[in-house]
Amino acid sequence: MKITVTVNAADYTRDVEPRLLLIHFLRDDLGLTGSHWGCDTSNCGACVVWLNETPVKSCTVLAVMADGQRVNTVEGLATPARLDPVQEAFAACHGLQCGFCTPGMMMTARWLLDNNPDPTEAEVREAISGQVCRCTGYENIVKSVLWAARRESGGAGAVPGLRPGEGLTGEGLPRA
Amino acid sequence: MLRGSPGASPASSGPEPLPPETHPAPQAPSRALPGEGVTGEGLPRDLGGPRGDHSPGKVTAYGSLPRKEDARFIRGRGTFLDDIALPGMLHGAVLRSPLAHARILAVDASAARAHPKVVTVLTGEDLDRRGMAWLPTLFGDVQAVLATDKVRFQGQEIAFVVATDRYAARDALELITVDYEPLPPLIDARTALGPGAPLVREDLPGGNRVFDWNAGDKAATDAVFAAADVVVGCDMVYPRSHPAPLETCGAIAEYDQVGGRLTIWSTTQAPHAHRTLYTALTGLPEHKIRIVSPDLGGGFGAKVPIYPGYLCAIAAAMETGRPVKWVEDRSENLMSTAFARDYHMHGEIAATADGEILGLRARVLADHGAFNAAAQPSKYPAGFFHIFTGSYQTKAAYCEVTGVFTNKAPGGVAYSCSFRITEAVYLVERLTDMLARKLGLDPAALRMRNLLRPEQFPYTCPTGWQYDSGDYPRALRLALDMAGYDELRREQADRRARGEYMGIGLSFFTEAVGAGPRSHMDIMGLGMADGADLRVHPTGKAVLAISVQSQGQGHETTFAQLVAEELGLSADDVDVVHGDTDRTPFGLGTYGSRSTPVSGAAAVVAARKVRERARLVAAVMLEADAADLEWLDGKWRVKGDPDQALGIAEIARAAHSTLELPPGIEGHLDASAVYNPPNLTFPFGAYICVTDVDPGTGEVKVRRFIAVDDCGVRINPMIVEGQVHRGLADGIGIALMQAISFDEDGNCLSGSFMDYLLPTALECPSPELGMTVTPSPHHPVGAKGIGESATVGAPPAVVNSVVDALAPFGVTHADMPLTPANVWLAIQGRPRA
Ligand code: FES
Ligand code: FES
Repeated sequence: MKITVTVNAADYTRDVEPRLLLIHFLRDDLGLTGSHWGCDTSNCGACVVWLNETPVKSCTVLAVMADGQRVNTVEGLATPARLDPVQEAFAACHGLQCGFCTPGMMMTARWLLDNNPDPTEAEVREAISGQVCRCTGYENIVKSVLWAARRESGGAGAVPGLRPGEGLTGEGLPRA
Repeated sequence: MLRGSPGASPASSGPEPLPPETHPAPQAPSRALPGEGVTGEGLPRDLGGPRGDHSPGKVTAYGSLPRKEDARFIRGRGTFLDDIALPGMLHGAVLRSPLAHARILAVDASAARAHPKVVTVLTGEDLDRRGMAWLPTLFGDVQAVLATDKVRFQGQEIAFVVATDRYAARDALELITVDYEPLPPLIDARTALGPGAPLVREDLPGGNRVFDWNAGDKAATDAVFAAADVVVGCDMVYPRSHPAPLETCGAIAEYDQVGGRLTIWSTTQAPHAHRTLYTALTGLPEHKIRIVSPDLGGGFGAKVPIYPGYLCAIAAAMETGRPVKWVEDRSENLMSTAFARDYHMHGEIAATADGEILGLRARVLADHGAFNAAAQPSKYPAGFFHIFTGSYQTKAAYCEVTGVFTNKAPGGVAYSCSFRITEAVYLVERLTDMLARKLGLDPAALRMRNLLRPEQFPYTCPTGWQYDSGDYPRALRLALDMAGYDELRREQADRRARGEYMGIGLSFFTEAVGAGPRSHMDIMGLGMADGADLRVHPTGKAVLAISVQSQGQGHETTFAQLVAEELGLSADDVDVVHGDTDRTPFGLGTYGSRSTPVSGAAAVVAARKVRERARLVAAVMLEADAADLEWLDGKWRVKGDPDQALGIAEIARAAHSTLELPPGIEGHLDASAVYNPPNLTFPFGAYICVTDVDPGTGEVKVRRFIAVDDCGVRINPMIVEGQVHRGLADGIGIALMQAISFDEDGNCLSGSFMDYLLPTALECPSPELGMTVTPSPHHPVGAKGIGESATVGAPPAVVNSVVDALAPFGVTHADMPLTPANVWLAIQGRPRA
């Protein structure tokens, strides 16, 4: 089947098998390997992307279901000039170790902050509770999301910007 | 708060701000959010006693630097195995056995071969012709790559389909027919040695027995037990679990038929050891094999072994002349790659009536699955289990371990367990709590009374381990203070009076990590030492190549800091190369918390060699005698005239320049080192877990987790804390939900994330960390390993807490996993069968 999907604001037209999963379409057909695959049962969330601005587990969506729709992935989070505050936050707060769950976690975090700019810790935990991280115990992921929230709200002036590719020094990390 | 800011540390127990000469304020504090503490630097701490005086001159490069590797990961630009696509690459899929035990009568792959997208199908017979049907395991046994005679566990590999895309490869699996003659499976390890037990391994002489092994002094231990006032004993099971890194295992093999060169990209924690093994497996000379371990999405021991799928990819690449990728799915990962634990233990502790521990005894039945594929040093069939006297003084100890084969997946990897110290710590910490209950003593007081004293170090335990350094009471006191222990006990009493079930569980652990020394420790004859190559370019920028492989531990940052510190550079000036056998020196890899204790030491030794080479060049430049130079604050300086000073960058430029150097001085500054550790390092910690148990549902809620860790000198405290966070979550998961179980036919009941439960952000508490620092006396910078501490220390704290909560029901023990159902059964007085 021929489908056209708008991924990170660019249109991609491909001929795909109807059974092709969106995660494989993104990774194998488009070469967007930032989104990962981690389970067979929709439990891990390594594959989370946005479908029309809503987080979905792309291992549980067929590529054909995204025909004519908008998909956003981790590759679209940053502009060349600027990281998304969520990305800054994960680096600043040591919100990742192996980095495998990170793209999915960041996509959920970005969505959460877009819809709830000032979440409580409990709301952050709830938001990522459908996703698994085997490295961080979630502690620093939660801190990262809260840090990004503050960075984006009035407190932003208190958090100097980062050069792309650079995290904050560890000495500046937030602690509960 | 910044290190070295007196009075700034929110320590809860006699804080001693670090003296500025060893821990000056780190640079760039301006980026801190106003009013906030500092990761690592802000932990509750007790730093009395020996300090991490690990280097001449000032410490500048250590500290909570952000990680270099994060730049690619936050952009989705990591390179994990499945991200790699090579031109012309084919995709493999493995056909697996649905039965746990069956004779294979016939495999018919003709229909699969006829599938239009299938390029080849390999069966056991095909591999047999290549001499590749069996692979040596890391523990001297063999394992079937593709079964030729029988299948011995559910999920065992039978055939390998190679197709032009991954969906087609899976489709074709369904076209293969296998005729099985079902055999009775051996599932319960406790029946393995009984009469009439099904025989798992006809190819071996010992029946279902893998080994019998013991340690300690049996007669002395029996005598201590005979004379003791009190003996408490218990049967306990440390269930089978699986590391389940978020990225599953996989490999891509590419064979250059002209040059005879084989390149294997694979998810391996030990690329160099794998290369040597692949030489034996393929018959190719070692210099024609290159292993690349790209970014790994976690490993935790699961990526130490070589798996059949890797060899299938190699065989298929050699046959087709095209690159072949194989990536397992999650069910394959949970059902067939290496499990951990699975120890059936009987432990006993002997003590005086007033609570002095006298001795320990343990009898263990170890379920090794269908092949002995354990991944620990070869002289230790039960790993380091015999460190089971833990952190306490004992007069005598003795343990016996019997390993058996069963019809389950092979493994026994170092899943964040420091080679079976997890099981040992669990045993002694459960027994200590039981002893306290029996004697009516507080478990904290009982531990405090029996902990080794600081003046006893270096301490040789009854089974022969020599603990390098420790101040155990200090760590336990700090944990008790942080927890507000007395207040917690009062709260518990109040709640009990109201019919609420709150538990307080302690554990104190000592680990032994960083294997070798190589004279005692090897994997398949390869001594456990690691190399480091350090090149310093003419402009003073450096590249360090190491033999160990990060799975998320942040080696690219920590190792840069280690070198930067020794050379007076910034960590930005040092790049770290790892995970490619063509570009890195030989070494045994990352597991058993080896990286910092062994490879980190190699990096430091190499850097110190560079520094000494620089000294000779600096002496020429400064027209001074080399003996008159001293290394101070990151530069070589003329003694008595410290302004006459040269840093590594200036010296490096001169060392590569036309500067005339006296005979015998080579120029350039590069150096390498091989580090053979004189001993293991012995990190330790004191953990306290507070739980609330719902007696109606059996649900356990972990309310608080206090963890005081001592891993010696912390190079990057932020990364160290992250390792502890990880291990606590994993330990809580193992205690409460993570278990691989089987039905009586050998069907794996935990073959997906629907059934093998992992803790999420809702189950994991926000841990309260503390630290003490007792440097290792033999490590060049005083560091010990940290990667596995929390996974070792957390499960007994959780179980002790839950059993404590259930004390009013008369519960003295309950086996993991403490799922609601199992807790409820324990409350009913009906522990699981
Ligand atoms: S890959 Fe695990 S939820 Fe999608
Ligand atoms: S950082 Fe490794 S799984 Fe989350």
